[in-house]
Amino acid sequence: MSEVPDNLYYTETHEWVREEPDGSVTVGISDYAQDALGDVVHVELPEHEAEFVAGEEACVVESVKAASELYAPITGVITEVNETLESKPELVNEDPYGAGWFFRLVPEQALQVGDLLDAAAYEDMTEDE
Amino acid sequence: MAELKRTPLFELQAAMGAKFVPFAGWEMPINFGSQIAEHQAVRTSAGMFDVSHMTQVDVRGNNAEAYLRRLLVGDVATLDCGRALYSLALNEQAGILDDLMVYSLGETFRLVCNASTREKMLYWLATHRTGYCVEVQCRDDLAMLAVQGPDAIRRAQIALGHDLTSLDKFAVTRVGDVLVARTGYTGEDGVEIMLSGEHSPTLWQRLQEQDVQACGLGARDTLRLEAGLNLYGQDMDECNHPLESRLGWTIAWQPVARDFIGRRRLQEIAAAGKERELKGIQLMEKGVMRPGAEVQTTEGLGVVTSGSFSPTLGCSIGFARVPAAAKGAVHVIIRDWPRPASIVSPRFLSKAASR
Repeated sequence: MSEVPDNLYYTETHEWVREEPDGSVTVGISDYAQDALGDVVHVELPEHEAEFVAGEEACVVESVKAASELYAPITGVITEVNETLESKPELVNEDPYGAGWFFRLVPEQALQVGDLLDAAAYEDMTEDE
Repeated sequence: MAELKRTPLFELQAAMGAKFVPFAGWEMPINFGSQIAEHQAVRTSAGMFDVSHMTQVDVRGNNAEAYLRRLLVGDVATLDCGRALYSLALNEQAGILDDLMVYSLGETFRLVCNASTREKMLYWLATHRTGYCVEVQCRDDLAMLAVQGPDAIRRAQIALGHDLTSLDKFAVTRVGDVLVARTGYTGEDGVEIMLSGEHSPTLWQRLQEQDVQACGLGARDTLRLEAGLNLYGQDMDECNHPLESRLGWTIAWQPVARDFIGRRRLQEIAAAGKERELKGIQLMEKGVMRPGAEVQTTEGLGVVTSGSFSPTLGCSIGFARVPAAAKGAVHVIIRDWPRPASIVSPRFLSKAASR
């Protein structure tokens, strides 16, 4: 069984979203997603200050198996990217909810969590897959 | 879709937590956790692969040799008993029908064909029997395990309870009802073991007791790629001839009188000169080349046939079918963007070893 922390929100495309005290959000891919991808060998991160619309492709994750996209879960501007992933992409597999985070983004509007899945809903979704 | 077939080792693999994928009609393990860890186990110690999905066929009878001399580009008349040969079956247009191993067992030749070409090859073998006194038997009762890596022989010996030190490269021997061949598809030393499906779980468990890492098809693919070995259906198929697939060396042109299927067309191609060739390609920046990616060279366009990430070299490597004269710096299109790459020797492993 894959791990689904209660304090995060999720998307149908397997990103996780964590609200930070400063109003920004941190984004990564779920444990379920990293397991399905297999060993991650390369990550293409977004540019600083890049703007994304919710659902738009923000990163590319290359695993030994295939290339997959990470989609921006929320409309906003990138304020920080996890540059460590460029030299240590395996962190995505080893610690998907911690050191394997991808980027921080400041939402364009106050976060509307209603568009995202909570842990229970995401768990239900992955069990059906 | 027809139900997927399972090998006799499926239950054991499922209990180990293997992740399965459909492959050529079979439900096969893609990995047992980490593909890279499996890859590295084979490069540094020993790994094992369930390759029971491969099609094993026995050819015997008075004309077995004459029949295979007609059907294959290699000449089995030069193959001593107890030896293995890598060969190809072609159609009349010199397109590659399959690549296969032939093991000479005395009165019988054991062929090991791909899983993906099973129906086609069984039909082809059957239809070409006309005029030959030969029996062709598909051995679905058999399983096959590959044990590969620098420490594979030692551990396989213990698991089999049989001394393998006198087994030369490309030799095959009988150990009771089991066939053991010093062949493989990883670029490492090791053996391929053909045995009854019924007995295969015991051998798998004995190898596990020797700490042989269970490996899936994922590691098998990156290992063979680093070793410069083609994959049928990806690096070559019926649309390609051997001379543009780096397989010219498998053709036994002598004796001239041996009229194997495809020979006439091959001679025309050889005389005219090949337009394209399969070459090694290495990406010079981060990212991963995938099959189907376009290659831009100064001599014209080409295409990546196999591409993945090389755990040994730490970068993306592959094969590309490109204009025969293409060399040096090229570009590969990944996600609509040209990335710098280089045409290199496909013997990626020896390059890693010389570092």
